[in-house]
Amino acid sequence: MKLTVHTPPEVPLEAEILSPTSLAGLSEAEVSALIVHHGNRKEALGEFFSVNGKMNGRLELEGDLSFVKLIGQGMADGEMFIEGNVSGHLGCGMSGGRIVLNGDAQDWVGEDMTGGSITINGNAGHMVGSGVRGAEQGMLGGEIFVRGNCKNEAGGAMRRGLVAIGGNSGDFTGLNMVAGTVIVLGEMGIRTGSNMKRGSVISMNPARMIPSFSYSCTYQPIFLRFYLNYLRDVGFEIDDAWLNGSYQRWCGDAISLNKGEVLLYQS
Amino acid sequence: MSSALRIVNGKIYDPANNIDGEVRDICIQDGKIVESVPGDTPKIDAHGMVVMPGGVDIHSHIAGPKTNLARKFQPEDHRYDPHPGTEFTRSGAGGIVPSTFATGYRFATLGYTTVMEAAVPPLSARHVLEELEDTAILDKGYYVLMGNNSFLHRMLEKGRMEEFRNAVAWWLNASKAYTIKLVCPGGDEQWKGDKNATINQIDEKIHSFDITPRQVIKALIDTANDLGLPHPAHIHCNNLGHSGNYTTTLDTMRAAEGRKAHITHIQFNSYGGEPGKNPTSKAKEISDFINENPNISADVGQVMFGKSVSMTADAPLAWMLRHVKERKWINCDTECESGCGIIPFEYQQNVYTHTLQWAIGLELFLMAKDPWRMVLSTDHPNGGSFLNYPRLIRLLMDRDFRKQEAAAVNQKALLSTSLLDLDREYSLQEIAIVTRAAPARLLGLKHKGHLGVGADADITIYDEHENREEMFKTARYVLKDGHLFIKNHEFCADPVGRIYQVAPDYDKKIEDEIRPFFDEYYSVQFDNYPVFDTHVETEIVPTYPVQ
Repeated sequence: MKLTVHTPPEVPLEAEILSPTSLAGLSEAEVSALIVHHGNRKEALGEFFSVNGKMNGRLELEGDLSFVKLIGQGMADGEMFIEGNVSGHLGCGMSGGRIVLNGDAQDWVGEDMTGGSITINGNAGHMVGSGVRGAEQGMLGGEIFVRGNCKNEAGGAMRRGLVAIGGNSGDFTGLNMVAGTVIVLGEMGIRTGSNMKRGSVISMNPARMIPSFSYSCTYQPIFLRFYLNYLRDVGFEIDDAWLNGSYQRWCGDAISLNKGEVLLYQS
Repeated sequence: MSSALRIVNGKIYDPANNIDGEVRDICIQDGKIVESVPGDTPKIDAHGMVVMPGGVDIHSHIAGPKTNLARKFQPEDHRYDPHPGTEFTRSGAGGIVPSTFATGYRFATLGYTTVMEAAVPPLSARHVLEELEDTAILDKGYYVLMGNNSFLHRMLEKGRMEEFRNAVAWWLNASKAYTIKLVCPGGDEQWKGDKNATINQIDEKIHSFDITPRQVIKALIDTANDLGLPHPAHIHCNNLGHSGNYTTTLDTMRAAEGRKAHITHIQFNSYGGEPGKNPTSKAKEISDFINENPNISADVGQVMFGKSVSMTADAPLAWMLRHVKERKWINCDTECESGCGIIPFEYQQNVYTHTLQWAIGLELFLMAKDPWRMVLSTDHPNGGSFLNYPRLIRLLMDRDFRKQEAAAVNQKALLSTSLLDLDREYSLQEIAIVTRAAPARLLGLKHKGHLGVGADADITIYDEHENREEMFKTARYVLKDGHLFIKNHEFCADPVGRIYQVAPDYDKKIEDEIRPFFDEYYSVQFDNYPVFDTHVETEIVPTYPVQ
């Protein structure tokens, strides 16, 4: 099924129903008649989207989606392909299936996700794969691939899963991390790994560590080769030198459990 | 709305007027209960239902700076518990510390119509009054913290009791509070001033002053009595939460020397054992003392298993507990006449201490000879949310349920108490006492907590149900000032409650002494400090000073 924006919303449109899981089994007319919140008003989805085709586990979205929030919320299966820039909360709470976005996403990509994968062939906003404010844990599983850059707090409070950023990440990468892996092929902002308990934050560039991290050694982690080869398979550009390179290992955060690690590639 | 109403066929529980389950009519005119109304007045048929006065909560934390901080501090707690609006009510957020409107609506759903906020520093009076104004439906008031007030400590140090009394009265007027609250008297002062030091005995000197907590306690109890406040000094004892603290509690109650005093959430102050080691139950000792001393009243502060928030003006306690859970905690209200700490918490059945606290609370209820002086509270949200009241009522009314619950708790802790030997079951009349009649009487609210002629027509009607938890969970009908706002379990109106304050007389000369103290130490100008009369609308409850 393909949904094309014919009238871009002027204020945020809460489109949590836009996922293969919640549209399964619905006809074109039924999908057009679904109710969404446009600002504080309830309106039919058909007011904004023209709907074409049958739903067979694959959903395509196209057009100016920059005010459409919550796309793919709670998605459990199927595939979704999106052309255009989307608003926040893409794939939040998703547990399975696959989202591919050709465009940029705003904040809270994959917030609280437990499974499945999100690929963004553009940039992402703040809080990629993060937990909601105040929560002790965020992402519990699944994979998020961002080809471009992302902003602050990538992998905040994540507990399991993989967040890979092809470009640069903002400040506080891996903030409050409980476990899991964040890989940034570009540069990270400041205060990486603040208050992390466990987990790994890996970058291919030097970073300024906060004082509560301590340098432990420089070594060649074997597990990283598997990760980097996997990222190469899914389409990231991986330099051969990274595969066998040496990495500085920093332990922290000492104000927390001190069992986390930050690995920085040393050319 | 019609101003007259007759409730017919209901079983009336009105302990203040010795009516115990009789089927009678209740007549309402212009918000008050009256002798009779004309025959053609609209009726509510309460056949098969239980009619009680609206609930009165003597001690909850529902507004003010620390309540608000606890809200801001736990966005994750609000997330899964939205409180949607209806045609008549406004929306809000729930969780363990609900937002203002939601707090009012949820209390009202349980059948409560009057709730007292238990501890606010006077510097935050404006904040709390504005927030209380937005707490839907309920009549409310708040207790102002005075146990760690430097100016009062100085007066006491110099033995200037007349000035002390006048200053307390000035502070009550300035903050539009309902009564004096003591939290860890002298302890916060010491903790703030002397690198986290704590006071362990009420006869220890407070470091920066030549006085002891006992003197502070005695002086404030006397002052509340002398000023004739409707509710006596409301005391959160020193050493709260520490093993072996029951002696401090007994000392505090003895310090009253026969004058009226209210000891709040006394369960947290009824522990035996060595400091730093596991506590034991001293519910019997505490209960015996209260049974024999009619000047003392208390509320229990029952602990209920599940989520809670330790939210207290007892900053040293919060500091001590800060690492009990490896989670967030916060201090606030430090640069004012108080202290505060907030720790999100969870009481677990398998934990020795938590079970012991749960059992001690129930022991205190079941050992109390006079339910008029041992009333129901969970110290919301410290012992658990007020939404636990129905479950607590079932624990008190249903021995088998209590035994069944007791089977799932930490047995070592349980067996060290006498809970299993206590077979008492509360009757509906006794529940009406501890949740309505007694708190209203202890608060000196003459028009609340009963259904006699002249009382405010705050009335709750429950469907009678064998499962008392289900019964008290949602009231069928609730009236506030004769105005029906919950009908068949649904809101049908959103009445506005009052704010009660006291305004005792005092010698205006004391202001000449307080003003220079403000100039020297306060960040607020003296003239800006008192809450203006036009700021919020309040109702003054009369005081009866001792001549």
